[in-house]
Amino acid sequence: MNLENSLPLLVVLSSLLPGLVIFFLREGSHRLRTVLNLAGAVIKLALVVLLIWGVFHEHSYETRWTLAPGLDLVLHADTLSVLFVTLSTVLWLVTTVYAIGYLETSPHRSRFFGFFSLCVSATVGLALAGNLFTFVIFYELLTLATYPLIAHRGTPEAVRGARIYLAYTLAGGALLMVGTVWLHVIAGPTAFVEGGILNQMPIEYHPQLKAIFLLLIVGLGVKAALVPLHGWLPAAMVAPAPVSALLHAVAVVKAGAFGIVRVVYDVFGVNFVDQLGLLSLLGIAAAITIVYGSIKALSQDNLKKRLAYSTVSQVSYIALGTAILGPLGTIGGVVHLVHQGIMKITLFFTAGNYAETLGIHKVSEMNGVGRRMPGTTLAFSIAALGMIGVPPMAGFVSKWYLGLGALDAGMAWWVMPVLITSSLLNAAYFLPILHRAWFRPQGPEWPAEHIPAARFETSAALLWPPLLTAALALAAGLFAAAPYSPLEWASLIALKEYGL
Amino acid sequence: MTDVLIILVSLPLAGALLCLLLPRAATVVALITAVITALASGSLLYAVSTQGTLLYELGGWTAGLGIALRADGLSALLLVMVALVILATSFYASAYFSKSAARAHFWPLWLLLWTALNALLLSGDLFNLYVTLELLGLSAVALASLGGKIAAVQAALRYLLVGLLGSMLFLAGVSLIYAGYGSLDLAVLSRTVEPEPIAWLALSLMTAGLLLKTALFPLHFWLPPAHASAPAPVSAALSALVVKAAFYLVLRLWMDVFADVVTPAAADLLAALGATAVLWGSWRALRAQRLKVLAAYSTVAQLGYLFLFFPLLQALPPGPALDAATGGLIMLALSHGFAKAGLFLAIGVIQQRSGNDSIAELDGTAQRLPVTTFAIALAGVALIGLPPSGAFLGKWQLIAGSFATGQWLWIVVTVIGSLLAAAYTFRILGHAFGSQLYPSRAFAVAREEWPALILTATAAVVLGLAGASVWTLLEAGA
Repeated sequence: MNLENSLPLLVVLSSLLPGLVIFFLREGSHRLRTVLNLAGAVIKLALVVLLIWGVFHEHSYETRWTLAPGLDLVLHADTLSVLFVTLSTVLWLVTTVYAIGYLETSPHRSRFFGFFSLCVSATVGLALAGNLFTFVIFYELLTLATYPLIAHRGTPEAVRGARIYLAYTLAGGALLMVGTVWLHVIAGPTAFVEGGILNQMPIEYHPQLKAIFLLLIVGLGVKAALVPLHGWLPAAMVAPAPVSALLHAVAVVKAGAFGIVRVVYDVFGVNFVDQLGLLSLLGIAAAITIVYGSIKALSQDNLKKRLAYSTVSQVSYIALGTAILGPLGTIGGVVHLVHQGIMKITLFFTAGNYAETLGIHKVSEMNGVGRRMPGTTLAFSIAALGMIGVPPMAGFVSKWYLGLGALDAGMAWWVMPVLITSSLLNAAYFLPILHRAWFRPQGPEWPAEHIPAARFETSAALLWPPLLTAALALAAGLFAAAPYSPLEWASLIALKEYGL
Repeated sequence: MTDVLIILVSLPLAGALLCLLLPRAATVVALITAVITALASGSLLYAVSTQGTLLYELGGWTAGLGIALRADGLSALLLVMVALVILATSFYASAYFSKSAARAHFWPLWLLLWTALNALLLSGDLFNLYVTLELLGLSAVALASLGGKIAAVQAALRYLLVGLLGSMLFLAGVSLIYAGYGSLDLAVLSRTVEPEPIAWLALSLMTAGLLLKTALFPLHFWLPPAHASAPAPVSAALSALVVKAAFYLVLRLWMDVFADVVTPAAADLLAALGATAVLWGSWRALRAQRLKVLAAYSTVAQLGYLFLFFPLLQALPPGPALDAATGGLIMLALSHGFAKAGLFLAIGVIQQRSGNDSIAELDGTAQRLPVTTFAIALAGVALIGLPPSGAFLGKWQLIAGSFATGQWLWIVVTVIGSLLAAAYTFRILGHAFGSQLYPSRAFAVAREEWPALILTATAAVVLGLAGASVWTLLEAGA
């Protein structure tokens, strides 16, 4: 065991092992649980920093374990996996702090944090998966680890939301698995290789490959919430706020989007997908989802539901970038994987703060909340403006590259209208919230004030995480050209995918 | 090293007799026997992995005259599964029966069941197989009737009649073989049997008898009442091991001894029955009102999957693809054995704590019995075939073999069956997550909760991660 073949495994274990210990802690051992949670998160971050450095310097990290003849569990670090691993590790640390503050007094915390850690371990595992087989394993594990988090409160709505989530994701998982097995049978083990491996397949296999591609994309599209496979996402928002944050920004939805990127670039190869005539199909699905999600978001009064439909829309920018042929579109899609994550997690943190502090669940209850909770509302505003794509926020950078890529690929005639429509709709459902929060007078009283204003507007563990992620969202836009920025890393990925 | 073969049969038998003689010390004697026999099973597995197939001729009589015991990779793997399941279940049973008068009857029968299972897995000729099959059936019926209630006795009586009918059909086939080929030794027969009417008829009779015992649809009617009304540790052994022993014989006969006699149409027929079993069993499990009925119908469905492999094994040419599929079949059988045994034990814990096993009344079980609920979830992972369970690797091979031989129908059946399994598993878990609060206590795991957790974790995690060794062993002992 040296660092080359153990580092990816250690990254996964750094959250898995604390998680398994946490299950067995008694409810009262608050301090030990917090120490384990934070230690796991910090150690993972340190390991990931090591991984980034190594991958940047062209070191190869790979853990391999044979499960059956021809079926290897492979954890492998390349530029794309490092991007996703870093995103989930950083956001996990922040979410852990937030969740500790959020669940301060609620029951079953050991169970919650146990599954929380399993969830992140699965996410990191699928980020590091070195072949499609390994990806499928962690993809399904993620489904399993998330179920108890959504059902956590045990109310009939929570159990129902969790059941809908499962029905969608397990059916999607089954299609993904069937597609993967099929690919295995005709093409052998499918390692993720930049540029893809299937373009050498003889032409008589092309019809089968088309069917496989559709199976894989539909299977992944369930988690990525591509319309009409998105129905679980609004139902799952009954979960506690840290879980929603994780679901929408780090783990589940991202796993689907990341999988689409993997399949298009590193299994089939984007040029080969285009040659099969399937790239435009993906583009159309993404475009429909982007517009549909935004329209649905407009009419939601429940804040978390509005954010959920916004996720449906925003995550498909990643698929859209994938469907745009050429490195600029790739950059736009891949960088949005990170940008959407930090913006959306901020929005869900702040929504959780409104609910926990003042009992605000609806947009219509938010009048004047900016004066009562300025820090939270500032973070909300930064993230919302970023989502709309106002410069210099992170969201602007994503949309800029998507637009450039579309021009470059000659797809501007349909991508541009989608981008513009969507940005206008984003503005239409976010700006009224900002207006209410900052400029409308406050009503007679808040729906249910749980945490009175003291030194801070709410408890510190709830306030700092959204401020930090909002700052990150701002920094990702302002310093987009700095070394190691998400944009720089996305450019590195795009160059490798196109062999430039 | 071949002595371990005879130890594996004689040790549980001696234990059973001792339990009969010393009823007061029966629990202790049985547990000690269980531990030693399990160790012996482990050493057999090691021996087969290093030396290949083992052969033991009882009293020095050569095959054809005396009793020969043999162990290859397949029998060694199943033997170890039997040992681990019985070992864990024995510890569970020591708590389950601690206040019950049935204890005195349970332990001798329990060890006799183990004797029969081991002897069946190690026998190399058809007559001994018949004897062990009969012994297995009788001890299983006696155990099933220990529930004491009138429903349990009725179900056990039906189980007895079905078992006897199955044995008679099997015996009829065996006598035809002896009349036709003058030998009952499996190794000899596999060289001499020809595809001709007498072999077809004999195989049909034997198979019919075995299908009745392994409860393949539509011959499954006796299983749900028998498995659902027996005491929990007995249900575990019946569902996980006893039906699997009959399946093991079908597999031996079809893929090994009578490989040249079997036609693709016959294999398709078995698979079609298996497919119906998967769909019907899963559907009935989903509609069940009681946990034990759910688990019993799930067994009907899970056995169906095993038969889906038959046309694949027929169609695949010898080589890596065939080996992979064979391993997948064994993996699925092992995974189900551990998972189903664990599931029945977990249900037993719930039943003893709350007085019944109604699914609608599970509310809050996740809070009161977190470890047992977790064990049920792990069993579900293996029954659905989600990673990292052994069943995941098994179903992977099932789907891969179907693609490779162009038999698409089995893929559809597998996917639908798995989704139905997910539906019935999460129906339990959905009920178990209740919103009521229970006073937060120190996290204590009761003694009887451990065996279920260990068995289901073996199915859902250990088998999957250590999966490669199953394929290696099957090749080493081939």
